[in-house]
Amino acid sequence: METLMAVLVGVLFASGIYLMLRRSIVKLAIGLVLLSQAANLTLFTAAGLTRGSPPLVPEGGDMPPVPFADPLPQALVLTAIVIGFGVLAFTLVLVKRVYQTVGTDDMDEMRSTDGFKD
Amino acid sequence: MKSLILQTATRSLVAVLLLFSIFLLLRGHDEPGGGFIGGLVGAAAFALYAIAFDVPSTRRMLGIRPQMMIAIGLAMAGGAGVISLLAGEPYFGHLWYHTDLPGFGEIHLGTFLLFDIGVFLVVIGVTLLVILTLQEE
Amino acid sequence: MSHDVLVALPLVIPLATAVIAMLFYNSRESQRVISVIGATALFAASIALLIAVREDGVLVSEFGAWAPPFGINMVADLLSAIMVLMTGLIAFTVSIYSLATMDPRRESFGYYPLFHILLMGITGSFMTGDMFNLFVWFEVMLIASFVLIALGGERPQLEGAIKYVALNLISSMILLSAIGLLYGVAGTLNFADLGMKLQDVDEPWLVTTIGMMFLVSFGIKAAIFPMFFWLPASYHTPPIAVTALIAALLSKVGVYALIRAFTLVFTQETSYTHQILLVVAGATMVTGVLGAVAQYEVRKLLSFHIISQIGYMLVGLAILSPLALAGSIFYIVHNMVTKTNLFLISGVSYRLQGTYELKELGSLYRYHPYVSTLFFVSAMALAGMPPFSGFMAKLTLVRGSLEIEHYAIVAVALFTSLLTLFSMTKIWTEGYWTPSKAEENDELPPGVEDFPGWTSNMIAMFVPILILAALSVGMGLLAQPVISLLIETAEQLLDPSVYIEAVLGDES
Repeated sequence: METLMAVLVGVLFASGIYLMLRRSIVKLAIGLVLLSQAANLTLFTAAGLTRGSPPLVPEGGDMPPVPFADPLPQALVLTAIVIGFGVLAFTLVLVKRVYQTVGTDDMDEMRSTDGFKD
Repeated sequence: MKSLILQTATRSLVAVLLLFSIFLLLRGHDEPGGGFIGGLVGAAAFALYAIAFDVPSTRRMLGIRPQMMIAIGLAMAGGAGVISLLAGEPYFGHLWYHTDLPGFGEIHLGTFLLFDIGVFLVVIGVTLLVILTLQEE
Repeated sequence: MSHDVLVALPLVIPLATAVIAMLFYNSRESQRVISVIGATALFAASIALLIAVREDGVLVSEFGAWAPPFGINMVADLLSAIMVLMTGLIAFTVSIYSLATMDPRRESFGYYPLFHILLMGITGSFMTGDMFNLFVWFEVMLIASFVLIALGGERPQLEGAIKYVALNLISSMILLSAIGLLYGVAGTLNFADLGMKLQDVDEPWLVTTIGMMFLVSFGIKAAIFPMFFWLPASYHTPPIAVTALIAALLSKVGVYALIRAFTLVFTQETSYTHQILLVVAGATMVTGVLGAVAQYEVRKLLSFHIISQIGYMLVGLAILSPLALAGSIFYIVHNMVTKTNLFLISGVSYRLQGTYELKELGSLYRYHPYVSTLFFVSAMALAGMPPFSGFMAKLTLVRGSLEIEHYAIVAVALFTSLLTLFSMTKIWTEGYWTPSKAEENDELPPGVEDFPGWTSNMIAMFVPILILAALSVGMGLLAQPVISLLIETAEQLLDPSVYIEAVLGDES
């Protein structure tokens, strides 16, 4: 399972970075999404995968039956997904604004702030 | 996009979705649910309305600016922590109030509920702010 | 006041200010008042925090009353308290300056709430006690700064924002992956717990590899060599008050994170990791200042200087001796004061002459000697001339490096210093000393006849500048108490057991 996840993380990172290297800002945004999913999956996988044993305390007991899945990484991933959601929402608005203002989605056209003169 | 089927379905769906979102909000803490997921369902209701009808009528239905919703939500969530501070607990140290309500049995209210309602409002506010901004123009 | 309150206040005050300002969304006037009150309260709370930390040692507050290492905890040691104090100072000055320079359109689109959300993210990053919450506070800070940079929607702003957003998100994703791997290795993310558990880990190379991921991630945020190129492409695009705020605070959060991580958590193979830091510090100093030397636009020039000065801040961390580390922290404090002031003053000269281009500026000394003197003080402080703060900061740093016989880095630092002096002199001669084009043609240069007199706007612009300039002189002349505080800070950093015991209690 871990191997499969590792391969998946690799594929996600690779495709995310590939998309970010394209010139289109829409692809940049999609690349960022893939990258953030890859990072979430890394966090989730590296913390250890335990299948089918949620950390729920049975009625009357005071501890879940061992082995149980570590709840902390799940909480972390959930938080990271929420943050990723917020950031993505902002990025989409930004991409739309940039397209409206600059009139193109080609990154090469957006170099006016890099040169020596504005 | 004007689709009669979608508009008719949306009219009844919005009410169900909003009710479900409040159910999820109140179910939280002890069982799966909570402010975030409830807020997303609530935002979905308004987003659906905005797709089926248009943005101005969605804003009218909302009746309050999304920014204002975020502000009230943040005030409630942050305020929940301040109540604990005033009570001499650490920030967000949760305080509980247990009571017996005739007909309902024992209920416990806590600063956590205030926090969750705050999160609920912030999530609806932020999601709608983005969706309505994107859909306008 | 109890410790819980003191530690929570620097977070609660900006949050409350932002919320109240948002509730007054339609009233620009009330937002302005609320913003200044909030920033002043933050400044006061940060002073109280530093005093309490000095008296009672490291303060810990367990949010939600969950004991560490399981719960979220906020920790204020000397370094955190000093950084929070500087945040309070910058917030106080820039919030006043914003009153005079921010245009009504941006003000009514939520500038003040965003300003204070940004402050909350920054104080949160400075005080958080675990890696994951550092990530969360980073994101709070970044989202607020994204919007602040793009707010107004002018073309250069949006172009700058795209680069800023993309690079900072990549850095966040690297940080998140590294956090995942670190949790996999150590089973905890609490700084104190990590510091304890990673002391004698079986596979130090694994931890070092993860440490390098953190270096890359924090490095992008701190704009160190070779990952700085987003900074000069975006920092100069928003209005000058925003530029001053983010230039003073954002990259310093990255530096703070590096200092925290590489003094407390990743200290397994210092000969390897800190050697890399030293090389990076030198390269950052030189490349940054070379970029600045080539520029003729004041804001871009100053942006490149930010990069160069990040290098100085890393030298002390790389050398890891109390004196050098104290020098680094002194440098951070000095740089926050001076760099903000330079941006604020360039805002004044923009107000006077309507341009940031050095070739179009001119004659400022002749017509506005007081403005020019204020610029001169800050410029010389930045270049490290005595008796200003920059001189004492550099002196401490250089003495710290000489003590351990790191001659090469001293040479690089002094060479960079010379180039800094050169580019500051360039602004001085081009912008202030030489006559402007109009004057050469026997006309009055712009901004002379219609000098906006001693109005409330001028007070709002000059009070912050005067405060910061006075601090810059004061820290140079009365350096003894500052340095002794900073050496205390550095010793606390170099002895992680203080931090660990404060957070986890004595049983560790």
